[in-house]
Amino acid sequence: MDKKEYGELVKQATPKTKEGKTLLLAFAIGGIICMAGQGVSDALTALIPSFDEKTISALTGVVMIFIGSLLTGLGVYDKLGYYAGAGSVLPITGFANSIVSPAIEYNKEGIVFGLMAKMFSIAGPVIVSGVSASVAIGIVYYIIGLFA
Amino acid sequence: MKKGRQTYVLDKKVYIAHTASIAGVDEGKGRLRDFFDYVIDESEFGCKSHEKAEIKLRKHAIESLLKSAEVSAADVDAIIGGDLLNQLVPSGFSAREFDVPFCGLYSACATFGQSLATGAILLSGGAERVICCTSSHFATAERQYRFPLELGTQPPPTAQWTVTGVGCAMLTSARPKFKCPKITSFTLGKVIDMGLDDPNNMGAAMAPAAHDTITAHLKERGVGADYYDLIVTGDLGKLGRELLCTMLEQECGAIKDRVNDCGCMIFKDRQKCGLGGSGAGCSSLVFCSYLYKTMMSGGLKRILFVPTGAMLSKDSSLQGESIPAIAHAVAIEI
Repeated sequence: MDKKEYGELVKQATPKTKEGKTLLLAFAIGGIICMAGQGVSDALTALIPSFDEKTISALTGVVMIFIGSLLTGLGVYDKLGYYAGAGSVLPITGFANSIVSPAIEYNKEGIVFGLMAKMFSIAGPVIVSGVSASVAIGIVYYIIGLFA
Repeated sequence: MKKGRQTYVLDKKVYIAHTASIAGVDEGKGRLRDFFDYVIDESEFGCKSHEKAEIKLRKHAIESLLKSAEVSAADVDAIIGGDLLNQLVPSGFSAREFDVPFCGLYSACATFGQSLATGAILLSGGAERVICCTSSHFATAERQYRFPLELGTQPPPTAQWTVTGVGCAMLTSARPKFKCPKITSFTLGKVIDMGLDDPNNMGAAMAPAAHDTITAHLKERGVGADYYDLIVTGDLGKLGRELLCTMLEQECGAIKDRVNDCGCMIFKDRQKCGLGGSGAGCSSLVFCSYLYKTMMSGGLKRILFVPTGAMLSKDSSLQGESIPAIAHAVAIEI
């Protein structure tokens, strides 16, 4: 059997992702996380009426990051991710998970060369592409501004 | 005596006199729970890291093997074996606990096959007692090959689950007082690469290597597949086993009930361990518990034990390399 024939055989035999089930679970669990975020935001607005919308939204982020980190530390978030897939990766809680999980994992090699050095090993690409994209968009925005 | 290109038929008797097995938490809840000598109750095994736990697991397994064989470390000519981690840390570090010559080997998850073959060569060369030991640990393998444990990722449908466990076997040249399995021949595998590059589908990458070694073994030893009660591969998982059977059926006819895989045997379906177990400890743990004990009780007379390994690293995959695989076959008869 040559490589091409074998590749075809593997393609036929390989089980596919059950898209219906995984999409539904991602939608449901991701939706619940976002609803929780909205709940936190509403609660904060009710509790501290003196804060404006911008402060409330920043504070909501902080609370959600805390919850994501806590659930990671308690060993819950990875189990959630098993079912939710992107549903638990995309919200800000998933971002917290991607930073706290290597921090826990590499803490065994010490604070500096373990935890600090490896903490952003997964979130790093997200931060780099986020910052790069905002710089690029900023430049475009500036150039458009010159002509507008 | 060399037969053909890859196969060696042993002139001298090589007995597998004793085995020891220590299984991880999940493995202890699986199908073979009653066959393990010891099951640990937490994955860190009382250590500060999982790497340290794997070292301790190996140390305990070798100690219990020495105990059941009623010999001291001074009576052992060599400890040979390996694991999956960089620089073979668990193997080398556990060997420092024993005053015994050590030989570290690597064929990824096929290392136990390589160890038994190397052990048989050492015995043929005059050694009297050799310990073969391989191990893997889910948490140490995850960290090296994939992501931190607590990262919430969803495994793809072809993923397998690295077995936590150690299996070690003592090979002796002197006939033990009781009847026990012997290594009669072995076939060293070639590295086969069919161009697959998905590190999450290692069963499919390894099946052609198993097929190549098995057909070479049968041809060079001049026996049919029905000579063996069971042809048992290391960690192909459900998909790899299916692919192997499809390929073998072209040469050997209907063979499915005669081919099994250690990775498919170890976990129960409801344990959510993907397509089955994997890792250097998968084949050794299953051999040193279930297969060995079944042979001892007469349930199996002749097996062809074919641990399989995918020789990739995390970096090789990121650099766009496909996955080379290997399988070594060891014929074990009682």
